[in-house]
Amino acid sequence: MTATRGIEMALHTIRTWLWISVIALAVTVGAAALLLRQQGTTAVASTSTGPSTFGKGSYELVDHRGDAMDETMFIGQPSVLFFGFTHCPEVCPTTMAEMASWFETLGPEAQDLRAYFVTVDPERDTPEIVGEYASWAGEQMTGVTGTPEEIAKIAKAWGVYYEKVPLEGDDYTMDHTASVYLIDDKGEFQGTVAYREDKDTALGKLRNLLAKS
Amino acid sequence: MTRLIQAAFAAAVLFATPALAHNGVVHLGPIDISLPFARATLPNAPVGGGFLTIENTGAEADRLISASSPAAAEVQLHEMAMDGEVMRMRQLEDGIEIPAGGTVTLEPGGLHIMFMGLREPFVEGEEVPVTLTFEQAGSVEIKLPVLAVAADAAPAHDGHQGH
Ligand SMILES: [Cu+2]
Repeated sequence: MTATRGIEMALHTIRTWLWISVIALAVTVGAAALLLRQQGTTAVASTSTGPSTFGKGSYELVDHRGDAMDETMFIGQPSVLFFGFTHCPEVCPTTMAEMASWFETLGPEAQDLRAYFVTVDPERDTPEIVGEYASWAGEQMTGVTGTPEEIAKIAKAWGVYYEKVPLEGDDYTMDHTASVYLIDDKGEFQGTVAYREDKDTALGKLRNLLAKS
Repeated sequence: MTRLIQAAFAAAVLFATPALAHNGVVHLGPIDISLPFARATLPNAPVGGGFLTIENTGAEADRLISASSPAAAEVQLHEMAMDGEVMRMRQLEDGIEIPAGGTVTLEPGGLHIMFMGLREPFVEGEEVPVTLTFEQAGSVEIKLPVLAVAADAAPAHDGHQGH
């Protein structure tokens, strides 16, 4: 009796999760289509009609030194921007290690380059936690966090997808966009470096960005 | 909860079959485990990944059903995948099947052992013990050498193939 109930409950849970997966997939496909269209438009807009709306938004965040940050963080120097979280098992540490190696290779060439690690898990990532985490990759790196509402605004501005995924035992992980965004000194989006992109290709893109800014 | 985990771990160690290792391969009945490694963790990162190759030389399928370690509060089996630009990660509640005569590789970008609630950061050059439990073959403790943060694979041992 109890065992049957247990199985029924388990089946119910599985069914619920299957539905959630189906809905999540549909939402993702929709978002991806939208993002692709948006990026397509961006490329056209930035070559023909100047500044685009991609990456533009208004938000109030805090950096790992406790200083207020807003959309002007991208003005005045070229930047690289990465969204992640410190409970990230693989993509974030790998990307941080790759960024550290870019900065090391570029050396003085990259002295004007700023790098931002913006958490998509602000509930767990305090300024202190993101600070130590981000600083590991080099002194260019600034860790950024904020309230969930403000993080949602900057993520939306950059078309970044992120979502909590529950794990066993009240824990959770985050799915998130893993690309690194390249931004010129006027805050204009100039392209991305894909997850695990070849180092020489990434360096080429960074040098290109630095030359333009 | 912690007590329960500790008890479960103690039990796992108690029942762990002594493993024969040579050429870096750990044998557990028909199961061969090779090329184990973990990645060093960043400051404040409370999670770490473990990777290895499992070969089933037997005639029956087996299943890696759980893992445990004194190095972490909780150890789970996970799969990550890139979906376009988005990284997705899922817990594999039913474990990982190792088909008869088949080889399954836990590697960056795919299947992995997920250490959660690390007691200490994983430091390059150190080792992380982990007890793997298979449905058929039982349990075995192995040590994962900790490599660099973005290490892709353990250095291959000469002659580890052909067992
Ligand atoms: Cu994981």
